[in-house]
Amino acid sequence: MLQIRLHGRGGQGVVTAAEMLSLSAFLEGHFAQAFPSFGSERTGAPVVAYARIDNKEIRTHEPILEPDAVVVQDRTLLTALDVFAGISDQGFAIINSAEAPEQIVPELCERLPKGHVLTVPATDFAMQKIGRPLPGAPMIAALAAATGVFKLESVQKSFQSRYPGKVGDANAETAALAYEFIMNVKNGGQNA
Amino acid sequence: MLKQIEGSLGIAEAVALCRPGAVCAYPISPQTHIVENVGKFVKEGKLQDCEFVNVESEFSAMSVSIGASAGGVRTYTATASQGLLYMVEGIYNASGLGLPIVMTVASRAIGAPINIWNDHSDSLSQRDSGWLQLFCESNQDALDTHIMAFKIAEEVGLPVMVCMDGFVLTHAFERLDIPSQEQIDSFLPEYQPKEFLDPKEPISMGAMVGPEAFTELRFLIQRKMEKALDVIERVTKEYRELTGHHSGGLLDCYRCEDAELKLIILGSSVGTAKDEVDRLRDQGIKVGIISLKSYRPFPYAKLREAIGDCKKVVCLERSFSYGARGIICPEVKRAMEGTDCDIRTTVAGLGGRAIFGSTINKIVHASLEGKLKDEITWIDMDTKLLNSYLKDAEGVTVPEDALVDDSVLKATVGHA
Repeated sequence: MLQIRLHGRGGQGVVTAAEMLSLSAFLEGHFAQAFPSFGSERTGAPVVAYARIDNKEIRTHEPILEPDAVVVQDRTLLTALDVFAGISDQGFAIINSAEAPEQIVPELCERLPKGHVLTVPATDFAMQKIGRPLPGAPMIAALAAATGVFKLESVQKSFQSRYPGKVGDANAETAALAYEFIMNVKNGGQNA
Repeated sequence: MLKQIEGSLGIAEAVALCRPGAVCAYPISPQTHIVENVGKFVKEGKLQDCEFVNVESEFSAMSVSIGASAGGVRTYTATASQGLLYMVEGIYNASGLGLPIVMTVASRAIGAPINIWNDHSDSLSQRDSGWLQLFCESNQDALDTHIMAFKIAEEVGLPVMVCMDGFVLTHAFERLDIPSQEQIDSFLPEYQPKEFLDPKEPISMGAMVGPEAFTELRFLIQRKMEKALDVIERVTKEYRELTGHHSGGLLDCYRCEDAELKLIILGSSVGTAKDEVDRLRDQGIKVGIISLKSYRPFPYAKLREAIGDCKKVVCLERSFSYGARGIICPEVKRAMEGTDCDIRTTVAGLGGRAIFGSTINKIVHASLEGKLKDEITWIDMDTKLLNSYLKDAEGVTVPEDALVDDSVLKATVGHA
């Protein structure tokens, strides 16, 4: 089972991102689950959502304390709370930032395997294509690229089915930018 | 058809498959998404011949539901927590009149203090209302149980609450297998009320009954509840054969064979507990789970059979009765009267405090190591937090990291 924790702020589409992540896995025949950490959500307040992917029925409904991957949609959370708490030794961390991971989370880079801590300028991509700071689609596309557990096409299809038309297409384009960005890093390209 | 959707949407789809003629509800978290979606289906024409009625309160929602059901149409509503409490006068009328209304209770704590999160205190507060209460383990179970609930309610002649854990299930995005309209049409025939309010042939319902016949009417509701035990089992069997889904039932056993300890759990914690029980079994610890699906009617005989000759039973309760103890545990004791089965209860998961696999592990170890000394133990109590209040307010404390049970409670008030 792959357990993913997503951190962001109210209004950034964190819960939607978790749902679309689960839908992407479902479209590829996996069992998947997504749920928010239910609270009195307000715009700007820290929000946590969870997702699980497995090849058999997912029965547990406990919150995820030991994630295999952590997605941070808002880097200002890095100093506000311990977003990487409990992350597994082989875990992945994807952070929404234009800066290199070694610059913003040097300790985590040392602790996790090479290539498991990645940054992606998701908000920049979202502003280019969607015109609003909604980093959900590019963040989960980056996760797809980093882990290879689900495909870019599934992420795109998820957003396009949830938001048919222009909004879905813009999310799909943003997802493609982030996916390519991470694949380029993995292949030692110019973003690396 | 397989879909990856929010639990609430799944329930709305299930309700639509049952072709209700009237849906009336007032929004309250965590139930709102369900009726929002049902309302959408009515507006889009996906659910036809159904009147969706917007009202200003839960009291009206239940009142309209009573009127619609008494008028002879299949009726659905949904609520939670304070909303359920606001309905209470109508709730008793619905069962007293024998109206087969189906209502989702998206289980949520009751204030004060205000708390929107999940526990079981809302529906359990309506224990004696004459409604059936069916609890659900998962979203698939909840979806299926809603469909079965209409058939059960209409055969028994009593209303049914389908209790699904608020947020934990209602807001979880999961894979659901949704039966086809043809399947459900073959399973659930058009509602044929035995009698209903008809302006052309007026009758009275719920007229005054004095001491000369009130006892007998009460006994007749008890008799319906007794019949419901068989109806639930029969309808479950039929539904399982139709869909292949292992949902519903009075109770369900998991790895109970040769179990030295059986846990009795209601709702979504069962799934979490199943994973933990698998881990414990791998370590050679013989523990099983009885998922209690029907709280009313309470399946005494079936539970006694499920516990069998197991000597240790621990309930996990997400509610308790002030001034008394657990709510489920006394029922289990009643089921096991005359045996030497040791029955204890643990209270956890109040007001949304998460129940983890580790919570289940703690209960199992505490039981097997003889640490559940009293009938009731508050297993996930934060003793530091508790002491931070008790020390300042009254100068007493509980031992840190102790299991907070009846003896610990008594010690804090100076009772031996």
